[in-house]
Amino acid sequence: MDTQLKRGILDVCVLASIKNGESYGYKIIKDMKPYLEMSESTLYTILKRLESAKMLTVRSVEHDGRLRKYYQITPKGLGRIEEFKAEWKEVVAIYSFVMKEEE
Amino acid sequence: MTKQEFLNALTEKLKGLPKNEIEERLAFYSEMIDDRVEEGLLEEDAVKDIGSVEDVASQIISEIPFFKIVKNKIKPKREIGGWEIALLVIGSPIWLSLLIGAFAIIIALYASIFAIVVSLWAVFAGEVGCVIGGILGAPLSFIAGNVAGGLLLLAGGLICIGLAILTFYACKIATKGLVKLVKLLGIAIKKLFIKKEKTV
Repeated sequence: MDTQLKRGILDVCVLASIKNGESYGYKIIKDMKPYLEMSESTLYTILKRLESAKMLTVRSVEHDGRLRKYYQITPKGLGRIEEFKAEWKEVVAIYSFVMKEEE
Repeated sequence: MTKQEFLNALTEKLKGLPKNEIEERLAFYSEMIDDRVEEGLLEEDAVKDIGSVEDVASQIISEIPFFKIVKNKIKPKREIGGWEIALLVIGSPIWLSLLIGAFAIIIALYASIFAIVVSLWAVFAGEVGCVIGGILGAPLSFIAGNVAGGLLLLAGGLICIGLAILTFYACKIATKGLVKLVKLLGIAIKKLFIKKEKTV
């Protein structure tokens, strides 16, 4: 897949995984697993990117004698999901155009 | 491999990267392994799930911008004294030229790879030129009454069509290879900078 397009989609996937409440790294990967496989390294990069874009915030919570990082979505992050939904309609329109050409 | 072994091996591979960058990555992978163990996985299987140290390190290195690695290398580990600054200035004709030399080699390496691909495409362009010249020139020769010359031009043009098709595929493969090679070279050069750390 076109890397630029894929990057944008994966960003939104991660945002969606924390849309309904904060989550942590391994849980995000598990929640996405039925839909897409994402490696730890990829997730790390995306989380960093989203954090510096202020689409999510991070806090460390003590858990079982160790630290665990929790990620919360920001209004900007929620806005990105909405943007994506609108953009997706365009993609679907383009897709049906492409399929029509193939007939 | 235990979690500690994995983290130690990863630290070794990432030496030379900014310290906070390494720590943050280690904490991330450590948490990932712990969470898997908490879920009931054996430590060894949890580590296996993350992937090989080599793969993880390569991906991390490829994601970190080159300038960040170099900046970290140049940054002194402790305060520099006045006499050291003096030595640096006096020694600048030597280390500066060495540094420029090193960068020149890197640039030359990239340039020569590009040159190969560019010359292949140039060959392709030349062949296309011959095709056009041959095919256009042949009828003109026929009209001028030079049948032998016309046939020669036509044959040359046809041969060039064949060559051009072959060259085109060679060019395509070479260009794809170039993209891959540039990427690999980037990682290799970064690793070179990171490895040097060990001898210091």
